[in-house]
Amino acid sequence: MEASRENSIEAHGLVREFKKGPRAVDGIDLRVDPGEIYGFLGPNGAGKSTTVHMLTTLLPPTAGTATVAGYDVVTEGPKVRKAIGAALQEAALDPFLTGREHLRLQTTMHGITGEERRERSDELLTRVGLTEAADRKVKGYSGGMKRRLDLALALVHRPRILFLDEPTTGLDVQSRTALWVEVGRLAKEEGVTVFLTTQYLEEADVLADRVGIIDHGRIVAEGTPEKLKAEIACSTVEAVPADPDQRGAVVSVLERFGEQTTGYGPGSIAVQLTSPNGNLAEIVRALDAGGVVLSQLQIHEPTLDDVFLAKTGRHLEGSGGDEEEDVEQELEPARA
Amino acid sequence: MTDAISVARGVSWRVLHTFFTNKAFLLPSVAFPLFFFTAFVGGLSRITQVPGFDFPAGYTAFQFVFVLLQSAAFAGVFTGFGIARDFESGFMRRLMLAAPNRSGILLGYVFSALIRWATVAAVVTIVALLAQMKIGGNGVDLFGLYALALLLNLAGTLWATGVAMRLRTQQAAPVMQMPVFLLLFFAPVYVPLNLLQGWIHGVASVNPITALLEAGRGFISGSPELALAAFAIGVGLIVGFGAWAVRGLRRAEAAG
Amino acid sequence: MSATALVQTAALGKRAVVRTARQPANVVFPLVFPMLLLAVNAGGLKAETRLPGFPTNSFLAFALAVPFVQGALIATINANVEFARDIQTGFLNRLALTPVRGIVLLVGQLGGLLTIAVAQAIFYLAVGVAFGVHLQSGFGGAVMLLLLEACIALAFASLGSWAALRTGSTEAVQGLFPVFFVFLFLSSMNIPRNLIQADWFRWVATVNPVSYLIEAVRALVITGWDWQTIGLGFAVAGGLSIFGFALATHALWNRLERT
Ligand SMILES: Nc1ncnc2c1ncn2[C@@H]1O[C@H](COP(=O)(O)OP(=O)(O)O)[C@@H](O)[C@H]1O
Ligand SMILES: [Mg+2]
Repeated sequence: MEASRENSIEAHGLVREFKKGPRAVDGIDLRVDPGEIYGFLGPNGAGKSTTVHMLTTLLPPTAGTATVAGYDVVTEGPKVRKAIGAALQEAALDPFLTGREHLRLQTTMHGITGEERRERSDELLTRVGLTEAADRKVKGYSGGMKRRLDLALALVHRPRILFLDEPTTGLDVQSRTALWVEVGRLAKEEGVTVFLTTQYLEEADVLADRVGIIDHGRIVAEGTPEKLKAEIACSTVEAVPADPDQRGAVVSVLERFGEQTTGYGPGSIAVQLTSPNGNLAEIVRALDAGGVVLSQLQIHEPTLDDVFLAKTGRHLEGSGGDEEEDVEQELEPARA
Repeated sequence: MTDAISVARGVSWRVLHTFFTNKAFLLPSVAFPLFFFTAFVGGLSRITQVPGFDFPAGYTAFQFVFVLLQSAAFAGVFTGFGIARDFESGFMRRLMLAAPNRSGILLGYVFSALIRWATVAAVVTIVALLAQMKIGGNGVDLFGLYALALLLNLAGTLWATGVAMRLRTQQAAPVMQMPVFLLLFFAPVYVPLNLLQGWIHGVASVNPITALLEAGRGFISGSPELALAAFAIGVGLIVGFGAWAVRGLRRAEAAG
Repeated sequence: MSATALVQTAALGKRAVVRTARQPANVVFPLVFPMLLLAVNAGGLKAETRLPGFPTNSFLAFALAVPFVQGALIATINANVEFARDIQTGFLNRLALTPVRGIVLLVGQLGGLLTIAVAQAIFYLAVGVAFGVHLQSGFGGAVMLLLLEACIALAFASLGSWAALRTGSTEAVQGLFPVFFVFLFLSSMNIPRNLIQADWFRWVATVNPVSYLIEAVRALVITGWDWQTIGLGFAVAGGLSIFGFALATHALWNRLERT
């Protein structure tokens, strides 16, 4: 019992209000078990960072309680900080220092000195693949390198609980995958509890043991990715008529099988099927009988986006909120 | 030619609109000359008691001429900053694409610098009058003083424009500013030329600003000296820096 | 302060120095600009030495005090713009998550700035001596001057860190520059206070604390061990330091709302 408390995170009715602005976090209850990777998924402005700041003692909650590593975040701040490592949303690095100098500063702040400091720095640099770049100034690092250094800095004092606030936002696919591998390893091999926020459903899906979906400061759904998707249960069928004028006809046929939902792109029609095993054959026959020609027909297995859609009525990605980040996300791989 | 004028009108409208509506630009432009004026006149007026300091109109008028010329030169330098900013924001590229006559761009910036300076000069003049500055010169003399300052304003603008067109970055600000600052201060700022000693006397004697400053002080005290030489130097500066600015514009065009 | 805290303070101070040293503009400008202004004024105002009652024959020696104050000002602005940037980027948050004590963060920052200011002061002093200024207070006076410089830098630095911590904005700190500049120019920087003719200016220069800082440095250069003036300079610098440090600590406390 004691051991389990040591590495867990618990929050009850956590609230944070800012003077000017909304209730950024509006009553959050959550529990993260030791060694678990918890994915906190939500769009920009949902309240993810504010939650992380409260759990890492950087921001006092307006109401509610939380314990991290068995310590109260309000009354036992120093003890909490000793147990946790955090890489916050802004990879806060000094462009004029080298990677190794960052590690030196960070270890010193944690009271690690001498031989131990050198060994720990080298070990971490190797682990995040920055040995070669260690003596270059951070100014010349790529986004991925900065994130990796950030992760190394969060790990210098061997924390039992790790907070990662949007660790892969803006990264190209390769850097993102590399980070996932490292985070997965930390949890599985070293038993580190990971609290990770993200805007990317794929990240939550692949990496997290359990996912909490947050919107407007509230958790709207929580569970393993499988369980969440199973709740939605039904697939979505997406069709694009070859002739835009036939749109009405397609909609009326498809609506016999389910309820229309927000489309995936311009000109596409999406319907969430009501029967669990979407019978594509029947749908094709019906469309054929209706005499419509399609340029595209697809079945989508339920994703966390569908879960989000079902709970909030909006899509998670590309739903307005933050266009810029989405653009960056698309451009990055092209540049790499 | 009408093309050039309409381009110039557009450019200067935009620059002046920013200048007059944004207090981050307007305030320092007016406050700095006023501040120098106050600090110099208030702090240093005792210096007129140094033997050999013979300037009939008093220290306020003595420093007024310096501040007027300084504000003229710096209105030009600040315009150069604006051009560099326009290059960085990409606005200049849009201008270059749109303008049928690119000399009009130059003309527009020059005109805006002039209006900027006129604004500052008006404020400084009013303050000087409120401070009961003694004026010995008549209307023609005063016209001469402001005309000299105007020449310096044009020369300063053309200089800074030439730099901005070549370097096209706000980092070039010190390159525009420093030489002007040095030229202005390696002149008889606080005392007449004959009271300067040593190396500074040597430098000030060959500094073209000295001629403008001494002529300007002659105008305000009503005993103009070497005024023609000063005007000739002013026109010379304009011709020189005019060529510098136009060549800079061509360089900017070539750089795309 | 415990040994760990000292090591941490030193590490933070070192970082501030390294960071400045790696930005050529932040090294060159504070060294060159005050010297340029010194050259301009030493030349242009030399005639002032012929005023009855002027305390020295060398205007260069008289004006040499100015760079020490001006250099501390520039160093303060530069270092605190960096400090504000640390707040904006979250670097300070990263440090706040370590067991380091809040006060160590502030003291480390101030210590780095002090080191820079004293290094600059050594340069100004060397330039002055190279151009023939003779320090009336001798070698001991030079040491005292550097000590005074450290106090002056601490005074400005703690006020600057207060601004940085309070606003967390690099622009706001940069905006302090003209304010400091005004204090500098409305002081006895260019002329002894008793020779200022305009009553209002003399009054402003007398209530302006910067005058006393300049006069204390100046005394060490042109007068010698004038304890009263030197003591007053230290007192003003010390008073401003305590005031600024109290404000900065309070702002730090609000900024690091950590529990
Ligand atoms: N310091 C602050 N002051 C006022 N409002 C804030 C502050 N920090 C965050 N907010 C607001 O709180 C909400 C949640 O922000 P945040 O936790 O950063 O979201 P996320 O990390 O999910 O993108 C947003 O509406 C944001 O504008
Ligand atoms: Mg966030």
